[in-house]
Amino acid sequence: MKTLLRPAVSLFVLLTAVTGVVYPLAVTGLAKVTFSEAADGSLVIKDGKPVGSRLIGQNFSDPRYFWGRPSATSPQPYNASASSGSNQGPLNPALVDAVKGRIDALKTADPGNSKPIPADLVNASASGLDPEISPAAAEYQIERVAKTRQLQVEVVRTLVAKNTEGRQWGVFGEPRVNVLQLNIALDSLR
Amino acid sequence: MSNHAWILIGIFLTVLLLTVKPLGTYIANVMEGRFRLAGKIESPVYRLCGIRQDEEMGWLKYAFAILSFNALGVFVVYALQRLQFSLPLNPQAFPNISPDSAFNTAVSFVTNTNWQGYAGEATMSYLTQLLGLTVQNFFSAATGIVVVIALIRGFARHSAKTVGNAWVDLTRITLHVLLPISIVYAVFLTGQGVIQNFDAYKDVTTLEVTKYDNPKVDAAGQPLKDDKGVAITEPAETPTQTLAMGPVASQEAIKMLGTNGGGFMNANSAHPYENPTPLSNFIQMLSIFLMPAALCFTFGRMVGDARQGWAVLAAMTLMFVVLAYAAMHFEQQANPLLTQLGVDPAAGNMEGKETRFGIADSGLFATITTLASCGAVNAMHDSFTPLGGLVPLIDMQLGEVVFGGVGSGLYGMLVFAIMAVFIAGLMIGRTPEYLGKKIEAYEMKMTSIAILVTPLLVLVGTAIAVMAVDGKAGIANPGAHGFSEILYAFTSAANNNGSAFAGLSANTPFYNIMLGIAVWFGRFGVIVPVLAIAGSLAAKKRIAVGPGTLPTHGPLFVTLLIGTVLLVGLLNYVPALALGPVIEHLVLWVGH
Repeated sequence: MKTLLRPAVSLFVLLTAVTGVVYPLAVTGLAKVTFSEAADGSLVIKDGKPVGSRLIGQNFSDPRYFWGRPSATSPQPYNASASSGSNQGPLNPALVDAVKGRIDALKTADPGNSKPIPADLVNASASGLDPEISPAAAEYQIERVAKTRQLQVEVVRTLVAKNTEGRQWGVFGEPRVNVLQLNIALDSLR
Repeated sequence: MSNHAWILIGIFLTVLLLTVKPLGTYIANVMEGRFRLAGKIESPVYRLCGIRQDEEMGWLKYAFAILSFNALGVFVVYALQRLQFSLPLNPQAFPNISPDSAFNTAVSFVTNTNWQGYAGEATMSYLTQLLGLTVQNFFSAATGIVVVIALIRGFARHSAKTVGNAWVDLTRITLHVLLPISIVYAVFLTGQGVIQNFDAYKDVTTLEVTKYDNPKVDAAGQPLKDDKGVAITEPAETPTQTLAMGPVASQEAIKMLGTNGGGFMNANSAHPYENPTPLSNFIQMLSIFLMPAALCFTFGRMVGDARQGWAVLAAMTLMFVVLAYAAMHFEQQANPLLTQLGVDPAAGNMEGKETRFGIADSGLFATITTLASCGAVNAMHDSFTPLGGLVPLIDMQLGEVVFGGVGSGLYGMLVFAIMAVFIAGLMIGRTPEYLGKKIEAYEMKMTSIAILVTPLLVLVGTAIAVMAVDGKAGIANPGAHGFSEILYAFTSAANNNGSAFAGLSANTPFYNIMLGIAVWFGRFGVIVPVLAIAGSLAAKKRIAVGPGTLPTHGPLFVTLLIGTVLLVGLLNYVPALALGPVIEHLVLWVGH
């Protein structure tokens, strides 16, 4: 047993120092040199103050803004220090009720809209912090935002197109619109 | 099912298969001491630790070395969690973790399971994440790999008493394989947007003030409820958002590469700071299968017949393609209850999925992570369609041998290969042999233990939990889905996967202890018999290939191997699956 104990303990300590101290510090150093803005959280700075992160969604419920994915974090939606999905199963009555409520909110804000409702606009995201919506979900909201802001629909549509990304390298993921960046662009129109 | 999904599977497999030979060769060279730079790096390590590099261990000593190294890990990770409030690098001043949760997490990370009852960004200090969890991500991966290397030596050696030196093996795989790949990988991830810093969490002023209902709590911090048991809330609002920070990229890299799967953040690889882009997502999927696939080649190389490795890899790949297709297909089906409300069914089942990944990348990720005993998630499996959620369950119940965890997948598959040649031997009445080694009663006893220990833990554990009050208390979703949540938890724990139907409230003493036991015996209840097989095989003479030898590198053997895996896996679990996802599917589509 003694012949096992010394190598076990000393190898454990040594490899812990390498993988638990040297390794993360080396990565931090390299990341600061190469991608410092990303390593710090891809913050969006407006008038010298951080207003959010390009990668982390925010809660929007004002009809003047594009709304993002429903968020199941608690206690408030888009709680970026407690990420979580809803974990509701497909048959859960709470899921059906929640989706009903979200559809009602969309209809109340935009009574005349009869387009089919995009699934991502009424289903909670996995992280509760999804920064993006599908192009269909943006299209669904363009007229509402234009009307509330008294803008031409085409102006808003152009802005949406500017903030839309296609599939990465043409094959990976899905096309998407960054909601925070789009809303900041809207605010800076005037 | 769109062409896009097929293209994605095609690109994934092409890139993966291109890496198999170079990486597999490299691992074989490192583990057999042919890597030239190795001596200079290793010899100071051995000197400091009192390790004699040329000392060979028998299987029992090898097993004791592995067990003591891992037991040490449990104590250290447990202690770090219990003391973290008094230790440095805790900018959010997180309190010490409860004994049952700390036990569960310690055992879970040491066994490469990485089941998480806690929410990372709201629980763990940076020091615990680094010295406890990141370190175990390396060590548990190294443990799995050295065990399979010992088993391969059992096949490759003959008339030998030993299977290698555990200390040398652990050092080599960590320093020459896992560490260099992780460094490059982690820096790539920060390039995509994964954070890597030691800052306190950052408050930002959001564009819109967030209004919400805040649950009222009593003096003890327990939520207040009214007479009907509904939580009492009061209206609240906040103008800020607090962004969780931390050294995420360094942990993310080894989390995927080592098929660990324990997220820095609660939402795991669905969190934009862990997995920000579709490209980072693709590389994460690739890195889960990278080592398990390459080790198949290492196996072929070390036993002196590359075709043996390719045959095992072919069996894995065929099963993977079918299961990946199934998951992507079923998630493309929209929930009919929501379609009735006017939701456009074209986008498929988007509950619990991220926009940037959509259906195809979420379905593929779910298949890879559950087949490979990784357990990282980029979508919430609990919200999958009934049959979409059935696929991850089956993936794990096959025993985590289709690619499987690093090392553990291959040793599990080789155990099934022994079972397959045994069944073939019975059919023709010959003593079974595999790679020139006779398979006899002792090997078959150990094989049976290794194969049966996980189903036993899963089914008995699930049965106890559905009968116990504390077990049922954790259920989040009503009906058959609630049963699936419990079945998933024990399947995931005993097979050392770590993903969850995460609605289950598992951070309770009942689940922390039950699942902690399941992960420990699901790991070492397999490793010890596997090492016993290694020792026994190494001692045998090699017999020459004769006319009656079953070739184990052709399509016939691949078919036999797949058949054995399916037969054993499904016979164990079909009744349980019928009670969960199958009933749920029928109710969803026929009942409404």
